[in-house]
Amino acid sequence: MDTAQLIFKLILVVAIFAISLLIALYSTYAERKVAAFFQDRLGPNRAGPYGLLQPFADGIKMFLKEEIIPTNASAFLFIAGPSLAILTACIGSAVIPWGQKLTFGNTVIDLQVADINVGILYIFGVVSLGVYGIMIGGWASNNKYSLLGAIRAASQNISYEISMGLAIIALLLVTGTLSLRGIAEQQHGFWANGYFTWNVFKQPLGFLLFIICAFAETNRTPFDLPECETELVGGYHTEYSSMKLGFYLFSEYINMFVSSAVMATLYFGGYNFPFMDMLSKIIDPNWVTIIGVFLFFIKIACFIFFFMWVRWTIPRFRYDQLMDLGWKTLIPLAIANIVITGIVITFLNR
Amino acid sequence: MSTFYFIAFLSVFFSILVITAKNPVHSILYLILTFFTFTIHYILMNAQFLAIVNFIVYMGAILVLFLYTLMLINLNKDSEPLKSNLVKVAAYIGGACFFITIVSALKAFNTSQLVILTNPNLGLVKNLGKILFNEYLLPFEVSSILLLSAMVGAVLLATKETKTA
Repeated sequence: MDTAQLIFKLILVVAIFAISLLIALYSTYAERKVAAFFQDRLGPNRAGPYGLLQPFADGIKMFLKEEIIPTNASAFLFIAGPSLAILTACIGSAVIPWGQKLTFGNTVIDLQVADINVGILYIFGVVSLGVYGIMIGGWASNNKYSLLGAIRAASQNISYEISMGLAIIALLLVTGTLSLRGIAEQQHGFWANGYFTWNVFKQPLGFLLFIICAFAETNRTPFDLPECETELVGGYHTEYSSMKLGFYLFSEYINMFVSSAVMATLYFGGYNFPFMDMLSKIIDPNWVTIIGVFLFFIKIACFIFFFMWVRWTIPRFRYDQLMDLGWKTLIPLAIANIVITGIVITFLNR
Repeated sequence: MSTFYFIAFLSVFFSILVITAKNPVHSILYLILTFFTFTIHYILMNAQFLAIVNFIVYMGAILVLFLYTLMLINLNKDSEPLKSNLVKVAAYIGGACFFITIVSALKAFNTSQLVILTNPNLGLVKNLGKILFNEYLLPFEVSSILLLSAMVGAVLLATKETKTA
């Protein structure tokens, strides 16, 4: 890899980092506006036009608030918890292909930070690591409610990781590759060989399972039992104040962004869109790539909206309902999905 | 090579911390770091699939369950089990025996021949899958049945006996 490529990768990393932070920042604003919309209110509208500066006001407030570390808390782990949460949230986006390759003369620019051939497993690993931030923070607080939140987070993540992994296995039977770039390229265009190319049409049940598990893994309602206010005060972040609390809340929104990007890549064609081949004959292919990147972000925004829509529509599960759904409904369904997919693929390849 | 020695040093260092840490939760956290260094070892050996599976299974699942169990137990100075002197003496003797074994093993140590892989990309997922499902199909299936039977056994032991008459 030459120097120019290296510099470009560095720019890409910084850009993706900045974009995910910006999207997370405005997700907090969007969440409040969406909530207001569903509850027939106005939402934040004081700071700036339409309240657009509200997230910055909140951010400054978070930074300037007093930092409190409880006397009996284990100080190092108390700080390590939120740091780990934000770290694992940020590293997930490294393997997502944001667009096709840009070509300027001889230089080819790859809009993906790292195309490792186990990309999808990397995402899965990062997701499974995400729970440590919550667990360590909850335990280090030395508070019964925080501990209960941490324990709930751990058992919930373990339970839903299994069905998420099984849903991915069925998808991998269809794609035959673990590389996210490969999976995105297979979904080129919208219609080929007499069927849709997007994986959501090949794996509808798998997608449903995946999105349910994504809700559980990002601790979003109806699966937000780790921070269930009605039972646990604030759950795992009861003792947290100022920016350490901010990091926990922020990491949730970054996780939401990354999992939306993963879902768009795996099931909704990533940066591909209908008639892209026809369009690339008319205009410069680089423009098609840029349109693809733009549409990819539109898809991500739709998923983020869906996350919020569900949050303000469906009430929280009870804990035994959560476990019943995970172990007795999702896992059998995921296994059935694998078997059906395997049989169909065997017959189609005859 | 220097990377290997650095990572190997970290592995040993963290594993010592696992057994010397006073707080059980801290020792689990050191264990997580130890497993993370193992993941780096696998990557250095170009075994990407093994690395990521080690990452997911050990760091992401098994140690979360360890931590989970430890958090459920009330770990105080009061609830710490008091060991009798007999057990302590037995532990010292056992440790000394193990130490002597290690020392004598190191004394008889010869540098083995380096194993050079015919295919350096053996650890990539495609090659690994082909080998597992062609050459080693029977051991692979047998080990999966072994795991399944262990799981069924655990479930059987955990279920409460239904009241009979």
